[in-house]
This record gives sequence, C-alpha cells and structure tokens, in this order.
Amino acid sequence: MKRLLVYLKDYKKESILGPLFKLLEASFELIVPLVVASMIDVGIGGNDRSYIVKMCLIMAALGVTGLVSSVTAQYFAAKAAVGFATKLRHGLFAHIQSLSFSGMDEQGTSTLITRMTSDINQLQSGVNMVLRLFLRSPFIVFGAMIMAFTVDVKAAITFVVVIPLLSVVVFGIILISIPMFEKVQRGLDQVLGLTRENLTGVRVIRAFGKEENEVEKFDRQTDALKKMQVLAAKVSALMNPVTYIIINFGLIVLIQRGAVRVQMGVLTQGQVIALVNYMSQILIELVKLANLIVTVTKAAACGSRVADVLALPAGMQDTGRKVTEGEGKGRVVFENVSMRYHEGGEEALTGISFQAKEGETVGIIGGTGSGKTSLVHLIPRFYDAEAGRVQVDGVDVKDYDLTALRDKIGIVMQKAVLFQGTIGENLRWGNQDATDEELWQALKTAQAEEFVLQKEGGLEAPVEQEGRNLSGGQKQRLSIARALVKKPEILILDDSASALDYATDAKLRKALRELPGKTTVFIVSQRASSLMHADKIIVLDDGCIAQIGTHKELLEGCEIYQEIYYSQFERSEKEKREQA
Amino acid sequence: MKGKKEQQKDTLIKVLKYIKPYGVLMALTIVMALISVALTLYLPILTGQAVDMLAFPDKLFLEGGIWNILRKMAVVILLTAVAQWIMSLCTNQIVYNVIQDIRKKAFGKLQILPLKYMDAHSHGDIVSRVVADVDQFADGLLIGFTQLFTGVITIIGTLGFMLSVNVGITLVVVVITPVSLLVASFIARKTFRMFQLQSETRGEQTALVNEMIGNQKVVHAFNREDETLEKFDEINGRLEKCSLRAIFFSSLTNPCTRFVNSLVYTGVGLTGAFGVLGGGLSVGQLTCFLSYANQYTKPFNEISGVITELQNALACAARIFELIEEQPQAPDGERILTLSEVQGKVDLEHVAFSYVPDKKLIEDLNLHVKPGQRIAIVGPTGCGKTTMINLLMRFYDVDEGSIQVENTDIRHITRKSLRTAYGMVLQDTWLKRGTIRDNITVGKPDATQEEIVAAAKKSYAHSFIRRLPQGYDTVIGEDGGSLSQGQKQLLCITRVMLSLPPMLILDEATSSIDTRTEIRIQKAFAAMMEGRTSFIVAHRLSTIQNADVILVMKDGHIIEQGNHQELLAQKGFYAELYNSQFVLA
Repeated sequence: MKRLLVYLKDYKKESILGPLFKLLEASFELIVPLVVASMIDVGIGGNDRSYIVKMCLIMAALGVTGLVSSVTAQYFAAKAAVGFATKLRHGLFAHIQSLSFSGMDEQGTSTLITRMTSDINQLQSGVNMVLRLFLRSPFIVFGAMIMAFTVDVKAAITFVVVIPLLSVVVFGIILISIPMFEKVQRGLDQVLGLTRENLTGVRVIRAFGKEENEVEKFDRQTDALKKMQVLAAKVSALMNPVTYIIINFGLIVLIQRGAVRVQMGVLTQGQVIALVNYMSQILIELVKLANLIVTVTKAAACGSRVADVLALPAGMQDTGRKVTEGEGKGRVVFENVSMRYHEGGEEALTGISFQAKEGETVGIIGGTGSGKTSLVHLIPRFYDAEAGRVQVDGVDVKDYDLTALRDKIGIVMQKAVLFQGTIGENLRWGNQDATDEELWQALKTAQAEEFVLQKEGGLEAPVEQEGRNLSGGQKQRLSIARALVKKPEILILDDSASALDYATDAKLRKALRELPGKTTVFIVSQRASSLMHADKIIVLDDGCIAQIGTHKELLEGCEIYQEIYYSQFERSEKEKREQA
Repeated sequence: MKGKKEQQKDTLIKVLKYIKPYGVLMALTIVMALISVALTLYLPILTGQAVDMLAFPDKLFLEGGIWNILRKMAVVILLTAVAQWIMSLCTNQIVYNVIQDIRKKAFGKLQILPLKYMDAHSHGDIVSRVVADVDQFADGLLIGFTQLFTGVITIIGTLGFMLSVNVGITLVVVVITPVSLLVASFIARKTFRMFQLQSETRGEQTALVNEMIGNQKVVHAFNREDETLEKFDEINGRLEKCSLRAIFFSSLTNPCTRFVNSLVYTGVGLTGAFGVLGGGLSVGQLTCFLSYANQYTKPFNEISGVITELQNALACAARIFELIEEQPQAPDGERILTLSEVQGKVDLEHVAFSYVPDKKLIEDLNLHVKPGQRIAIVGPTGCGKTTMINLLMRFYDVDEGSIQVENTDIRHITRKSLRTAYGMVLQDTWLKRGTIRDNITVGKPDATQEEIVAAAKKSYAHSFIRRLPQGYDTVIGEDGGSLSQGQKQLLCITRVMLSLPPMLILDEATSSIDTRTEIRIQKAFAAMMEGRTSFIVAHRLSTIQNADVILVMKDGHIIEQGNHQELLAQKGFYAELYNSQFVLA
C-alpha cells in the first residue's frame, strides 16, 4: 500500500480538506435532531410560534451550510482521487517500460494492461469513496451515539449495545462473503476463458466434431458458477434483514427505556424523539458503510495487484559505468556466453563464443528452440547473459549506457509490428530527424518503395494500431526499413523475411549487401538460401554452437547444415543442372 | 428501422420470455416486496403512537399502554425482515438462473453459428456479450426492476399513509420532493456528455497501452521509451481533466438531493409544528411525518438512478439477443448420410464462392481427386488458399456448384462425419487449457497411453513432452501458454497423428518448425499420407514437389493446375515462383 500512497502525496491538501468538509457537513446533520427536539419541547410545549419559525430557519441554514461544505468536500475528494489515479497511471506506465524483458515475460502483457486500466479505475473510485465516506460514516455513527449520551446517559446505553452488535454482524457478513465473491470471480474467469477458447479454436473443435463436448463442459462450468453465486448471494442476503432487526429492536428498547425515563420525569417527549432520530441516522450510515467496505475491499485487491507490478525490480542491473562509445563500429564478440530465461530453468544458450568483425554478415541457422533468437537478443541487451561476456566494440554490453548501446543496433523482430500513426512516423522511430529522402532510400532497400508509392498519401498514409491495415509482408518490409533509417552499425534480421516470397527475399538480400558503409549484419533464418552468402554461418543446435564456417566449409563438414541444405536444395540443384 | 422505443419494447418482451419459467418466484418476489414496503411504512406510525403515549407519563406502563405498541412493533419488524429476506432469496434465484439460461443458450448458439459469423466479428466482442453483457443485463434489469417496483410502491404507500394522517403536510411533501428528482435528472443529463468523453479518452488510452506494452521490445530497441511516455502523458492529462469534471459534477447529485431533502424536512417540521399547535395533529404524528419525509425522497433518488441502469441493461440484453437470434448454419436436414468407409475420392465441380457478394473469390473451380492423391495448394499470401480448406471442411458453403466426397454432395452428409473424415493441422495452432494428454486426445478420447506415446514419437513431440515437468500430464494454459510456437505445432500434428483419419488437410502446418524437424515430420507425414488423400498448403517447394496435383492460386483463382514437371514446362507463374527461390544474386 505504501508504494501506492506515494502517489497521493501531491494531493495532501485535498485529501485532508475533503474529509474535513465532509465532517463539517456531518456535524450539521447531527445537530438537526436536537433542533427538532427543542422545537417540540420548547416551541410546541410552550406554544411559542416564533420559536418554531426560528428553529425551522436554523434547520434551513444548517441545510445550506451542509450543502456548501459537502460540495466543497466532493470537489476536493474528486480532485485528489483523479489526480492520484493520473499520477499512478503515469508511474505504472513508466515502471512497466523500465521492466526487464524477463520480468515482463513472466507477468504477461495482458495482465499488465488490465492493471494499467481497469484496476486503476477501480482504485480511483475507491480513493474517492474513502475520502468522502470513510471518516463521515463512523463519525456519524459514533457522533450520533455521543449526542444521544448528551441527551440522556441511561437511555443512551442502548446505543452502546446496538452499535457493536451491528458492527459485528455487518463486518462478519462482509468478511464471510468476500472470499466467496472472489471464488465467483474466478468461476467467471473460467467461463470467460472457455468462451474465448471456443472462439479461437472453432475450426479445430468443429473439425473434430467436438461441439457437444464443449457445450457439456460449458454447462458444467456455468452450473458450478451459479451454485457459487447463489451461495454467496444467500450470505449477503442476510445483511439487510439482520441489520433491520437489530436496529429496530434497538429502537423498541430505546422507546421503552425512554418511556421509563419520561415517567421518572427525567426526559421529555422531544428528547425521546431526538434519540429515535439518532438511531435511524445510524441505520442509514451503516448501510452506506457496508457498501463502502465492499468498494474498498475491491479497490484494495486492485491496489495490491497494481502494487505487485510496482514492486517488480525495475530494469537491468547496471554496472554504473555508462560507456557510450567503444572502439570501432559494429564489432561483436561472444565469450563463452550462457543464458537462461527462468532461474532454475533449462539453459537456452550454452557456451557460445564467436566474433563478428566490422561489416561482416553473420548467418545464424538452427532448429526450433535451438536459441537463435535468444542469441541475437543478447546483443541489444534485451536479456542478460548468465555467464560469459557479450562485447560490442570491445566493451561489455553491461557497461554500456543502454540507450547508447541500442542506438548502435537496428533490430527487426520475428513478429513485425508497426504503431498507429503514418508510415513516415513509423519509419522515423529509427531516426527522428531523417529526411524524406532518407526514408525513401530505406524503403527502396527494404523492397517497400513500390507499395508505399501506391498507397494514397505515400509516407503520410495512415497506419492503424499494430499495423492492422497492412499485410504481413508489408509490415515486415516496413519494419526492415524502420531499422535501416537508423543507419545502424549492427543490423539484426531475426527471421524477418518469412512472409516474403522468394523473389522479394532475394532482392532484399541483394540490396542489403549493397548498403553503403560498413554494417555488421546478423541474419537469422531457416532458409539456407538466405544465409549461404554470409561471411560466416553459425549453426546452432539445442543452445550450443554445432559449428561455425562459411557455406562451403559447412557443406563439407557439418552434418546438421548438410541436412538442412539438401532438404531445401537437393532436387532443385539437380533440376537446374538438367535444365542447363 | 424501428424506433428506439419500439426496439426497447421488443427486447423487453423477449426478456419476459426468459423470466417466464420463474413466474412463481417472480410473483412471490412481488408479494414479498408489497409486504415489506407496507410494513416498513407501518412502523413509523407505531413509533408515532408510542411517542404520543409519552405525553402521558402516568399511564405509560398500564394495561394497554406502551407495551402493546412495542409488542406490535416487534412483530412488524420481524415480519419485515423475513419478507425482505425471502424477497432477496427469490431475486437471487431468478437472476442467477436467468443468467445461466441465457449463457447456455448463447454458448450453444456459438457451436452452430456459421464460421462466417466468428470470422466477421471480433472475438472480444462476442466474449463480452456472453460474459459481461449477460451479467450486467441480469443484474441491472432484475435488481433494477425490484428497486423500481419497491420504489414506486413506497412512494404510493407513503402518500397514502400520509394522506390518511394529514392532508396539509402531505401537500408540502408532494410539492417539494419532485424538486430533488428534477435536480438529479438535470445533473445526470448534464454529466452524460462528460462521462462519454471520459470513456472515449479511456478507450484511447487503453489502445495506446495495448499497443506499446504489447510491443515493448520494439519500443526498447528503438529507444522510444521517453517519446512513448510523453504520448501516454498527453492522453493521461486529458483523461485527468475530463474525469475530474465528470466525477465532480456527477457527485453533486447526492449533496443536492440531500439539500432538497432537508428542505422537505424543514417544511414538514414547520407546518407540522403549527398543525400540532392548531390541534389537528399529535406530536407522534409529527415524528411519523418526519420519518416519512426522510423515506419518501429516497425512492425518488433511487428511481432516477435505476432508470438509466434499466436502459443500460436493456441495451445489453439487446446485444445478447442479437447473438442468440443470429441465423445458424443450415441444419443437417433429413435425407442425410453419415460418411463411412471413406476412400478419399473428392470432386469439385463448377465451384464458385465469395465472402462478400460483390467480390468474386473462386469461380468455376473444377478438381477431381482420386483416393490417395496428394494435392498441393500454392500461391502468394491472401490468394485464397485457406478458403479452399474452409470449403472442403464445409466451414463455409459453396455459392454455386458442388463438392463431393465419395460421389456424395457434402451438403448431404452430416457435418460431423464429414469433418472427422479429415485430419487437419492449421497455420494457427490452437490448444485448450488442460493437460498435454487432453490436447492430444481431442480426436480420440479413449486412446491408451501407448497409442499416445506412439503418436507423439512419430511426430517428434515425444522428446520435448518428456522433458516437461509432468510429462504428458503437464497442464498448459490458454492457447498453449509457455510452449513455443514450434512445440505447439508439433502437438497439433500429434493430435492428427493419433486419430489418423482417412483424409488430411495441412495448412502450412510446419511453418514454425525448423527445417530439420520438418524433414522428420515430413517423413512421418509421408507415411501417414500413404493411401490417404491429402490437401497441403505450403510455402516450401520441397513439400510441394512430391504432390500429384499442384494448384497454383492467385487472387482467388486457380491459374495453373498440374504436377511439378508439367507446371515447370508451362513456364508460367509457378515456374517463375519456383525459380525465384534460386536467384542467387
């Protein structure tokens, strides 16, 4: 909770003034029964009309001041709650951005997004409610009790019994029902999960003719959900009747005791009415308090979920050296590097050592899960090596200033992603100050010039969220162009031509080779044809390097490479010879 | 287009149909509501009588004195509580049963809706209809209804009781209270736009968060953290402003109505007190009035809230009914055959199909597949390859012409027997929550452990499954959870390997598996395809070369058809596509 309260710090004034004004309003409300009592006793009892009018004016005045102070309170509460949520959202977003990728992989992006949105919304209304009611309701409850004592101590003893009894019942029911409602929520999540699963897997389900089984399964889950819901509802259905009984029996006792005191001549009729009024004020506030507690527990649950994220250690451990420049442009050295994604999990990479010189093209090939992507992700330090060292331009990546390191590197991911905006805006992610000419140059190299030209607006053509309005191949080529705009020293293409047909792929490779300057290029691929002209090819097998060499060397001496190559080329080579 | 009012009426009628089975409970609810309202209103009168007794301290505890009244009060209180309790039990039963009924119906509907519907509607939207909308509908409508109902009776009842006690003061109450209703609805109307703006801004922010957090790696790779945060803050700032307005202005309702309330209270106090002096009223009746004045305004405030909630609920209901009433796929019909003894003869004759009427996709497609033949479908992305599969599996019906299996039009075959005759591995792998075993045995639930392991070995999935924490009993999350894309595909292949149907459909089934594993799978597939008709969609030419017939598709048309040699000889699109692989620039 402490982690969250920090965000309320800037709204200290509001968070204090809000409840204070609320208390002011409550105090006015507490005075009203006394005014009524004296109106009855003095005004009616003494047949004093002007006194009655005076009392009514006081009541109206109390109403007006109550209105003013409560509006003020609402304003401060809303301001503090909204401000808190805004600050928290900012803080959470910034924090999520600073998380290491392993931290993020562990959480899963979808939970992070719900925490960012709906959880914080719940928190906001929770804070708002707390500021408005958390002091007010207990204040009225105990205030009413104290006021009752000022009227008559003996009669007011009833309150001392009724209020704790009520609190026990109200809080008891809430405490019992909260875990039940959590169960209900989980049941609902399951129903939701099954429905979604059915939609995404509709083809498979129908292909196997499993519709009826799914309906059965759904029925079982909704049945279970309903049972839990009904049970939870049964418990909370007790709340209203039980509180009603307690309060009103308190009322009976109050009247009875009041009657005794009236008989003794200690109390007046008006005073008994005041006592009765206090009792009903308590009833109303307790109902509010119960609702408040439900909202607050919900908000607290959301709050702890948000706090969990904030508690995740931010980012990567820095050595604090913050180097910005190494020696050379684009040298990459791996020294006996090992890494694993989870502590205690299997190693994703083991004992990787190789060197890539400036301007070299390095191909990486290997089976699914052999560690190709893990290897290239170590270069921009998306993850940290567990053992060994990764060096760029002679400096350990851990010693770099992260921004400076990543500025050197252009990476194109397996999954091509673009962002909402225009094509030009997306390309300028690589370099904010790139000229249109530079953009077109990059597009040309990435084989994207043609289709961008065809788009209405060219560089200004809109891109929808995550690039939905573009085809897979178009997205891949644009994300390659985006990396090129950066004019990186090291360019990493992680299986980024998979959606391109062979002809385009070949043209792309040719254009990349003709790039001006010395760019070190890493190409991860499953197609031998994409790599065969690399200066060196790293063959990975199960996280280890099987062999490094040129196409020719590997074809002669590496069994795995041979297997891959011939599976893709054997027949065709023969045919080519035949055709020739 | 029907008017909004009429639509709401239609929806309401449908809602009533769902409540009908619970008519008895509903009636009980109404009766209990009546009882509890009447008793609640009776209590202040008794209290008033008791207060009046206080004016005569001497007679207080005599026979027929205050004890009588107190006893009566106790009975009334107990009865009220019981009525309230029964009422909420009843509404709970109704609410949760109706929710369940509607959900079951909606889910059952999902199983028979044509795939067209699923493909055309966002899954998130459908899920929210089945889950969130149903909840909100039932909650809002039924609880809203009882609240509205008790609210109205309370108002009428209070009026009646008040009139029976004193007409003059009743008038004061009647004149002032509607003011609070007016105030509440005025505020609600004024703040509606503000809330709309708030939810729009929230939507904008969620979209941004989705996009950026979902693709954090790219954001980091390009060092765009600061710019992203800036963009986020810009929206966040706007959200703060409009949220504050919406929340503050809407929170005025409470103080304002409470103020009106206190005016009513004062008015009743003033006129009442004069009434007592004038002799038309007792002090007890005055207290009774004062507590009515408190109670009377409450239902007004509630009703104004309930009405918006009811409208909301009706809107939700309309969305659910839209789903439930969606046209289902044509039922299997009466003269229907069950496929058995499938050899694998498939014929397509003059098939025409399109997803949208004015955009022809497949026209006059003819294809005759002999049992055991291997058909490869190739072509650039978006050329209609998956459409072929949709038609073969009868996920979609052809517009013209016919598809026949074993010389029978597939529209005369039960969907289930047609589909189970095919083994299908799709590009989008799909796994359900459950154990690895559950996922493998989808097509053959009674498979033995030996059969499962044998199938997994054949598809090269055994070695990675064995290495999982609980082997075949490892539970995987929604959509495969932590498995890699390649592993997911291996599992899907194992699934087909186990059930071994007479025909196969492989849609880029090995796109995420490395070539080496693919070679092994290809071998396993080759063994599996032996004697089985297979349709293969693939990018890899090595897979295609062995096919008996290659269909080359472009823009929805089959432009070339033949085997590898024939097509190369044609020197057409296929030859160009094929040779481009070997342009070694």
